[in-house]
Amino acid sequence: MAENKVPVLETKKLGINFGGLKAVSDFNIQIYEGELRGLIGPNGAGKTTVFNMLTGVYEPTEGTVLLNGVPLNGKKTHQFVAAGIARTFQNIRLFGQMSVIENVKVAFTKDVKYNLLDASLRTRKFWKAEREMTDKAMELLSIFGLEDAAELPASSLPYGRQRKLEIARALATDMKVLLLDEPAAGMNPTETAELLDCINTIRNRFGIAILLIEHDMSLVMNVCERIKVIDYGVTIADGLPEEIASNPRVIAAYLGE
Amino acid sequence: MSTFIQTVIVGLRLGSVYALIALGYTMVYGIIRLINFAHGDFIMVGGYTIIFTVPLVLALGLPAWAAVLAAVAVCALVGMGTEIIAYRPVRKKGTNMSALITAIAMSLFLENLAQAIPAIGPNPKVADQIFTAGGFKIGSVTFEYTTVITIVISAVIMIVLYMFTQKTRLGRAMRCVSEDKSAATLMGINVNHTIILTFAIGSALAAVAALMYMAQYPRIYTTLGSDLGIKAFVSAVLGGIGIIPGAVLGGFVVGLFESFTTSYISSSLADAVVFLILIVVLLLKPAGIMGKNVGEKV
Amino acid sequence: MKNNKTARSYLVNTLVIAAAFILFQVLTGLFGSEGDFKLVLVPSLWQCCYLILLAASLNLVLGFLGQLSLGHCGFMAIGAYTAALISLACERAGVFTDKAGLVYILIIFGCIIAAGLLAAVTGLLVGIPALRLKGDYLAIITLGFGMIIVNVINNLPFCGQDGLSQGSAAASLYKTGLGFGSKAKVTYLWIALVVTILCLTLMFMFVRSKYGRAIRAIKDDEIAASASGINVSSYKVLTFTYSAFFAGVAGALYACANSSLSTSSFAFTNAGILNSTFVVVMVVLGGMGSLTGSIVAAVIMFFVNYQIANGSWVAALPPFLNGVFKYPMLVYAVVLVIVIIFRPRGIFGTYEFSLTRLPEDVKKARARRAAAKAERKEAVSHG
Repeated sequence: MAENKVPVLETKKLGINFGGLKAVSDFNIQIYEGELRGLIGPNGAGKTTVFNMLTGVYEPTEGTVLLNGVPLNGKKTHQFVAAGIARTFQNIRLFGQMSVIENVKVAFTKDVKYNLLDASLRTRKFWKAEREMTDKAMELLSIFGLEDAAELPASSLPYGRQRKLEIARALATDMKVLLLDEPAAGMNPTETAELLDCINTIRNRFGIAILLIEHDMSLVMNVCERIKVIDYGVTIADGLPEEIASNPRVIAAYLGE
Repeated sequence: MSTFIQTVIVGLRLGSVYALIALGYTMVYGIIRLINFAHGDFIMVGGYTIIFTVPLVLALGLPAWAAVLAAVAVCALVGMGTEIIAYRPVRKKGTNMSALITAIAMSLFLENLAQAIPAIGPNPKVADQIFTAGGFKIGSVTFEYTTVITIVISAVIMIVLYMFTQKTRLGRAMRCVSEDKSAATLMGINVNHTIILTFAIGSALAAVAALMYMAQYPRIYTTLGSDLGIKAFVSAVLGGIGIIPGAVLGGFVVGLFESFTTSYISSSLADAVVFLILIVVLLLKPAGIMGKNVGEKV
Repeated sequence: MKNNKTARSYLVNTLVIAAAFILFQVLTGLFGSEGDFKLVLVPSLWQCCYLILLAASLNLVLGFLGQLSLGHCGFMAIGAYTAALISLACERAGVFTDKAGLVYILIIFGCIIAAGLLAAVTGLLVGIPALRLKGDYLAIITLGFGMIIVNVINNLPFCGQDGLSQGSAAASLYKTGLGFGSKAKVTYLWIALVVTILCLTLMFMFVRSKYGRAIRAIKDDEIAASASGINVSSYKVLTFTYSAFFAGVAGALYACANSSLSTSSFAFTNAGILNSTFVVVMVVLGGMGSLTGSIVAAVIMFFVNYQIANGSWVAALPPFLNGVFKYPMLVYAVVLVIVIIFRPRGIFGTYEFSLTRLPEDVKKARARRAAAKAERKEAVSHG
C-alpha cells in the first residue's frame, strides 16, 4: 500500500568522496510517512556521513536528496530544516548555556513571523507570537517529561534528559522527517526503554517518518519496520528485521570475515 | 626601470623582516592555535634591549650588531614568561576566544609597561648605526649593505629553521605536538616543554627582526611592535598560518605590495592595500595561500 | 501570572528611568551654570554616554553572538565623521546660524541618525564577507577593515579641514556646528541621555526576542543552530549591522562632545584610551553577554580613567608608581588577564541587573553561597 504514495524522503544514487576516498556511494532509500527506518552498519561504515548529506552539512558529490519529490541540491542546512528534515547528533549538541525551554524556542525561530520593528516596539504581534511559542514549547517539553526543568540551563540536565531535549528541539522545527543519530548511545537499559517509549509516542502523535542510526541491535530490531545495512559506504542489505538478522553478509560485516 | 628594481629590492628587504616575524606567529599558531598578539611587542622588547646594550657591546670592543645576542636572550625569556604566566592557565580553562583576548591583554601590558618604565617612556628613541653605512652600485641600481645583509641573514635563518623542524628530534616533536597534542603525549613528548621551546624560538626570531628593522629605520617607539606585528601577522595568515614556508611567502608578498604601493601610489595607502590583499585572499581561500581547509567534524 | 510580572517590570523600569531623567533635568536647571557641575560632571556624562553605547553595541557581537570583532571603533569613526560633516554642510548652506532653536536640534538628531545609518551600511558591507570567517580569522579581518576605514577617512580630501583632520592639524570642531562647548553640553545633555536610553532599550529588545535567542544559540553551537533551522550567516550579518549602527550613534555623540576629531582615536590601539582594544576590554570586564554589565563597566572605567588623569591623589603617589597610573591600560591589561583566568565570561558573565529582580537575586545568591559553604563543610567532615 505504501508503494503507491510519494515517499517523504528519497535519495537517488547518493554518494560522496573525501579527497578520492569514496565514503558513501550509490545510497538509495525511500521513507514513507509514519515509517520508522533503521540504518545500521559497523563503525566507520558511513552512517553519520549519510546523515550529514541528508541535512546539507556535506554536499554530496553525486545523487540527490528529495523531500516529497522536491530535490534539495545545493541547499544549506537551515534550508533543509525549513523544507522539513530535522536531526539529532551522535554527540549531543544542545545550547548548553541556554535554558531548556529556550533550546526548544530557538527551533521555532524560523516560523516566527514578527520582525525587528515588532520586537523593538514590543507590539501586540510580538507578545502574541512569544506567548504562543512558550505554550507550544511547554507542550513539547511535557511530552518528554521535561516541563519541570524548563528554566534550568540545558547543560545541567542528566544525559538521558539531554537526549530527550535534543529530540524535542528537533520536533519543534515542525519537520516531516526526523533523523536520529544513535539516540541510545551511552544510555543504560532503563533510559533506553524510556527513549523507545518516547520514539513510539512521537511517531503515533505526529505521524512523521523517522530514520534511526543505532549501534544497539536489539533496539533497532525491536522498533524499526525496515532496516538498511551499510558497510564501507555501500549498501549490503535492506529488508525486514528478521531478514537482516539472518543475512550472511550482515553477519559477516559485523563479525568481520 | 631602475625605480622598478629599487622597489623590488625594498620590497624584499621589508619582506624578509616581515617573514622573520611571521615565522614567530606561525610557529606559535601551529602549536597552540593562538594568534599571539603579544608577538609584535616582543620586537619592541628586542629593539629596546638592543638600544640599551649597544653602548655596552661597543665598550667591550665588539661590533654593534652583537647586541642582538642580548636581545635574543631577553626576548626568549619574555616569550617563555608570557606563555607560562598568561597563556597556559587560560588554555587549560578557557575557550578559544578567551585565549585570544588574553593575547591582546598581554600585548597591551607589554606596550604600556614599556611606556611606564622611566628609561623608555612614551617618546621615540633613536638607535646607533648598526651595520656599516653605504653600499655598492650595479648599473644604476644602488644596493645598500644593510639591505643585502638583511636579506641574506633572513634567508639563512629561514633555511636553518626549516631544516630544524624537518630534521631534528626537537623539530619533529614540535610538528608532532601541532598535529595532535594527546597523541604526542602518548609518544612520550613533553608537550609543555615543546610549547615553551616554540615560544623561545619564535621570540628569538623577533629579536633578530628588531635588529634588521633598526638597521634600516633607527627609530623605536613602544607601539612599534603592534604596527610591525600586524603586518607580519597578515603575512602569516596570507601564506597559510601554521605553515612555515607559508609565512615566508606571505612575508615577501606583503613586503612587495607595500613597497610597490608606496613608490607607485601613495605611502599613506600602503596599510590599506596590505589589508585589502589579506581580505581578498581570505575570502577566496580562507585558510591562506598554502593552507588546507579543515571543516568542523559533526 | 508571568505576563503580569513582565508588565510590572516594564512599568517599574520605565518609571525609574523617567524619574531619574526628570530629576536630572531639574538638577541641570538648578546647577547648570555652576563650576564643577558644568565643567566636570556634564562632560563626564557625555563621555559615559558614548562609552556605554560603544561597549553595549560591541557586546551584541562579542558577548551575545560570540564573535571577536577588533574593528569596532572603525564604525564609530564613520559615525563621528558623518555627523561632523553633515553639520558642517548645514552650517555652510546657512541652514542654521546660531547654535540654538528647533532647527538646530533637528539637525543634531538628523546627524545622529545619519551617522548610525551610514555606520550600519558599512557594517553590512563589511559583515557580509568578513563573517564567512570564524574565530581568529574573523578577529584579524575585522581588525583589517577597521584599519582600512581609518585609512580611507585619512585620505578623503574633504576630511582634512575644520577640526576633521588627522592629529595636530585639527582646528576647532566648534565651527562645524557640533563640538559643543561646556555651556552647550549642559543645554543639550538631554539629547545624549535620550539617545543613550533609547539605543540601550533597542538593544535590550533585540536581545530579548527571537533574534537574541538565535544569536545566543549560534554562540553556543553553530552547527546545532543551523540544524535548528537558524540561518546562521544572515543572523550574524544582521547582528553585526545592528551593532555597527549603535557604534555609529556613539560616534555622533563623540563628535558632539569633542572639540576636534582625529582618526588616530579610532585605531586598533593607540597611546590614548579610546580605541578598539579598549572597547573589547570594557565588554570583557563587564561580562560577555550582559548589557547591564557593559554599562557598569563603561562607567567604572571612565571613572578610573578620569581619576588617573585628574585625581589629586595620583600626583601624591610616590614617583615610582607614577608611571603605572599614567598608563591605565597597564592596569587594565593585568586585570583583564586575571579576570579571563578566573572568570572566563567576564565579571558579570551573562547576568543582567534588574530593578525588579534585584532583591530576589541577592537572596538566591546568598542561598547558593550558603549551600556551597555547607557542601564544603560536608566535604571536609567526610575527608
